[in-house]
Amino acid sequence: MFTTNSGEKIFVIDSHIALWDASPANQRNRHGEEFINCFYNYHKISPKEYYWPREKFEKYSEADLMKDLFEEGYVDMAIFQPAYLGEFYKEGFGNLKRNWALIQKHPERLIGNGWWDPRNGEAGLEQLEREAEMFKLKGVKLYTADWHGNSKGYKLSDPWAQRYLEKSIEVGIKNIHVHKGPTILPLNRDAFDVADVDDAASSFPDLNFIVEHCGLPRLDDFCWIATQEPNVYAGLAVASALIHTRRKYFAEIITELLYWLGADRILFGSDYAIWVPKWIIEQFMDLELSDELAAEANHTLSLEVKKKIMAENCARLYDIDIAKQCARLGLPIVEEPVRKDVGVGVG
Amino acid sequence: MTNLPYRWEQVRAALDTVTDPEIDESVAALEFVSCVEVSEDNDVSIEFRLPTFWCAPNFAFMMASDMRDAVREMDWVRSVSIKLLDHFSADLINRGVALKQDFRDAFPGETDDDLASVRLKFLGKAFERRQELLIRHLLGTGHEGEWMSQINLRELMGLSLNYEGTRLRTLYIFAWRRLHPEWSEANLAFVALSGDRLDPGQLPSYLRKIGGVRRNTEYNGLICRSLLAERKAELAGARE
Repeated sequence: MFTTNSGEKIFVIDSHIALWDASPANQRNRHGEEFINCFYNYHKISPKEYYWPREKFEKYSEADLMKDLFEEGYVDMAIFQPAYLGEFYKEGFGNLKRNWALIQKHPERLIGNGWWDPRNGEAGLEQLEREAEMFKLKGVKLYTADWHGNSKGYKLSDPWAQRYLEKSIEVGIKNIHVHKGPTILPLNRDAFDVADVDDAASSFPDLNFIVEHCGLPRLDDFCWIATQEPNVYAGLAVASALIHTRRKYFAEIITELLYWLGADRILFGSDYAIWVPKWIIEQFMDLELSDELAAEANHTLSLEVKKKIMAENCARLYDIDIAKQCARLGLPIVEEPVRKDVGVGVG
Repeated sequence: MTNLPYRWEQVRAALDTVTDPEIDESVAALEFVSCVEVSEDNDVSIEFRLPTFWCAPNFAFMMASDMRDAVREMDWVRSVSIKLLDHFSADLINRGVALKQDFRDAFPGETDDDLASVRLKFLGKAFERRQELLIRHLLGTGHEGEWMSQINLRELMGLSLNYEGTRLRTLYIFAWRRLHPEWSEANLAFVALSGDRLDPGQLPSYLRKIGGVRRNTEYNGLICRSLLAERKAELAGARE
């Protein structure tokens, strides 16, 4: 929980965390090494006092995760968003079984999403069915730039992706977290194009599409799509980490999102362990929009808006009753405001 | 061989005209270019490194082939070699650029067309970004939206501007001419990407919309600079 200067308690759900193993022992090839190198360079956007040594960054423990999120990081609940990356890592970068082992120790705090890859065909559909049941999946994380044999990516508009989206509904998954990576096929197109999210969101109005790092580096295209599709949400992972080195620029991003999507469709995420949530949350809770930006956003970044972003919007998508959750965690009860009829809850 | 340093400068100047399409800044300003050499026989070799091992290969190919073409345009150049370093597709890209291959042939089976449509898309984005910056500058120095919506390119070129305004105008006109090679100076200076006239009454919301491009390029620029700096520090550390 985060306590404001005025003493108000804020419930926090981190919608984007990972427990990865990128250690040399798990790297399949040079790609595995380069992938974690790239993440480590992103990590350096942190304030210096939060830098991790490389070895820890490659593989950290369950205890590190629990401490960084729930003891020091103000986080009350968190959602695993695993990226498998089977071509780069022997046991996967993110691994559902590892996540599940930790969830079972802390079921009141952790939610585990799954993943699927349309290029796995029929076998993948069966696997999704099994995993949905085994791990009680409410959501999946899709990394469209994942490699698979000779393929270097897929689109949500591919016929097989459509089948996987249908199957997701069938097995009770409602939340599709989409991460656009840098290589999609065909290679001659814009590598970060988000248009396929538009297709999928219109074809599947019963699913929620949370676009991670709010479509960056295609924020303009993303905002445009989100205004057309009410079931498209902005995940703040990555964007939120800019708040330290580029506070003013981050304020501009929030302004855009508030203007185009409103306050009910933005979800906080730290992208742990690229960054720990502590400093991001401290700086975000401290952020105010200038009068000029607030006028552009049609919103102020009020405490009400911050509460929505930090937990309420995500709680709605994952059917989390914040008051009950507070009781379960032994926290002071935070009352939720009357829910607006937006978003599709997980039934 | 007294003119070698001068030729080296000429190559650097040529590289200043090559942009990273996602950032709309030059590969030189972004410090992607790590080495430029001009031999006594006027063979030019250029090495460059992108911020990550994973940068999109189509944009990398575009930058590499644009560098090759920009340098080749100078008549004293005998040959150009472009080498992309530390990238997962470096071999394919370097070979394709050396052989002057079409992108389709450099990446067989992984494309359904050449790079023309993505080039056009990003030229359009550059046009909007530069237009927004110039219009905001002009508004800030006392020019009216109504007037801007009516002037032609010749009038824009004749306008007396300060250093910043001149810089923004040069960038904008460069994109304007590229996007509309068939237009003359009698054409309107400010039109939407669609070719529609600007409605001065709607100027604030129009600027807000095209401003999205600038916010994107700004993000790309700051992420790329920060990642590249870390990558260089890492390579320097590894060499020690």
